[in-house]
Amino acid sequence: MSKLAIITKGIVKENPTFVLLLGMCPTLATTTSAINGMSMGLATMAVLIFSNITISAIARFIPDKVRIPSYIVVIATFVTLLQLLMQAYVPDVYETLGLFIPLIVVNCIILGRAEAFANKNGVVDSALDGIGIGLGFTLALTVLGLVREVLGSGSLFGWQFIPADYNILAFVLAPGAFIVLAYLIVLFKKMTEKK
Amino acid sequence: MEYFFIIISAIFVNNILLSQFLGVCPFLGVSSKIDTAVGMSGAVCFVITLATVVTFLLNKLLLLFQITYLQTIVFILVIAALVQMVEIVLKKISPALYSALGIFLPLITTNCAVLGVALNVVTKEFSFFGGQPHLFNLAEATVYAFATAVGYGLAMILFAGLREHLSLNKVPDAFKGVPIALVTAGLLALAFMGFSGMVY
Repeated sequence: MSKLAIITKGIVKENPTFVLLLGMCPTLATTTSAINGMSMGLATMAVLIFSNITISAIARFIPDKVRIPSYIVVIATFVTLLQLLMQAYVPDVYETLGLFIPLIVVNCIILGRAEAFANKNGVVDSALDGIGIGLGFTLALTVLGLVREVLGSGSLFGWQFIPADYNILAFVLAPGAFIVLAYLIVLFKKMTEKK
Repeated sequence: MEYFFIIISAIFVNNILLSQFLGVCPFLGVSSKIDTAVGMSGAVCFVITLATVVTFLLNKLLLLFQITYLQTIVFILVIAALVQMVEIVLKKISPALYSALGIFLPLITTNCAVLGVALNVVTKEFSFFGGQPHLFNLAEATVYAFATAVGYGLAMILFAGLREHLSLNKVPDAFKGVPIALVTAGLLALAFMGFSGMVY
């Protein structure tokens, strides 16, 4: 597989949110606005790339029986690093995303990629896979956040263009998350079928 | 009285699935039949309560040594080990329960509801009806964890019932499977929004 194909397959053919349907919790919970969705996506992507690199490098030395706990320790280490870095440099973002930053540990996308890709492939390919899947996840979360923000609070990346009286609050709250995601999955399916 | 508020709040008002979005993956994965939904809820209930008690006590130790930044790593390892242990103990003590919950137990390690609740009770300050915001003590944390798990089970079983009926209906091709399930979950969440304002 060419290097470019590894990246693009994460965005379209194996999009983690719209096709593989993995990592639903942060997808639904943090996409109240486009910027929140994007920050969550980028945070996950950072952990994914580094855990993919590390796991592909050490996979040969890990006995098969204890591989899942070992992967979890690797992932948890990077999540803790990310937590500390975010607390130091972007405390506002850390505050908004809250619980969902430590919960990256149990995001099935990361463990899934470790198991399905990183432990069978080289370091470079695994890093590219991390970038591809991470970009796919970030894009999906941004789009979901964008739609919810426009419908729910009438703004675009924080720029208000619909007066607050005409907003449909439900889209920022829980029900909107489920319904917008459902429609986006259908749209994505339709769009990729035509190609 | 406070325990009553904690229970109502955790089950209905701040339902872990429908308003906090924790544990959505197994929610969508195993909720197509009521039987499996019941099994999963039982296993989750058991593990969440146990894991919260253990991690709550461990957190005291972390606080003592001032290494709370290790929370995430410690908690996830404890949960993984605990799930394994529960599996082994159940197999020995109650084979019937084991065969009922068995296949769901390994899945629970990566259920974010477990880690989510464990982290929530040690970091978040709760307040009920004008009371001072405060961190939970052990009894409150246990009640909160159990009630949350009951709320998880409730949402899961309701949803499984809806999905069983849904499978008999005609659904547009593009919506078959997960999309229609998500729309249903959205409507269920809308119904649960009716509880907001009751407590909290």
